[in-house]
Amino acid sequence: MEQLPKDSTLIRRYLQGEEQALELLINRHSQRIYSFIFSKVCDRDITEDIFQETFIKVIRTLRKGKYNEEGKFVPWVMRIAQNLVIDHFRKNGRMPKFEGTDDFNIFSVLGDSSLNAERQIIKDQVEQDVRALIEELPDDQRQVLIMRMYKDMSFKEIAETTGVSINTALGRMRYAIINMRKIIEKNKIILTN
Amino acid sequence: MANFYSKEFSNTTELKPNRETIDFLLNYSRALSVINYKDIQFENILN
Repeated sequence: MEQLPKDSTLIRRYLQGEEQALELLINRHSQRIYSFIFSKVCDRDITEDIFQETFIKVIRTLRKGKYNEEGKFVPWVMRIAQNLVIDHFRKNGRMPKFEGTDDFNIFSVLGDSSLNAERQIIKDQVEQDVRALIEELPDDQRQVLIMRMYKDMSFKEIAETTGVSINTALGRMRYAIINMRKIIEKNKIILTN
Repeated sequence: MANFYSKEFSNTTELKPNRETIDFLLNYSRALSVINYKDIQFENILN
């Protein structure tokens, strides 16, 4: 009976340029590694991605001559796969997402654009902070900023109303923003919702 | 005579990667070129 070549033999042959040896190696262990990944992530697409990434790492390590665990090929690949599974969960923990189970995702048609109570409180707080910041500005800058941002006036209209040139109005607006930024940075104010 | 209600469990799907994934890996391997220069290793993907 013909004996199957060992993993170490296939690796050696692959490193000598025999690409078919890699195919044999992948096919020999694909089911085991794929099942291992699937048992952790329970999603075909994610399993496919992690499986692919695992073997990309395997190929790169082998080709760079950095593989030295002769005879322990499968445990080594499993370890790579396991680390990638952990990475996947870490990444998803940081960026949780809603996913539909089928092709149809209910969240794509049902949207709630209104703010919830918590976000509404934060929004009110941010607006209150901005108003307080504006109060800190010198009169001429505050006047221009209020006309531009709250009354939606053009710089031409602001210039006419305040009796200054458009350039002066623009300059005051610019300094108003610079000064507000300075106050924000100095006082470490967070203005995000 | 009592019926046998058990049947072969046909719902099992083989847990194996897609052929496309394997092909991608094999093509990646063929395209990957590692160049050693002094103590530095350069990786290239040759299309």
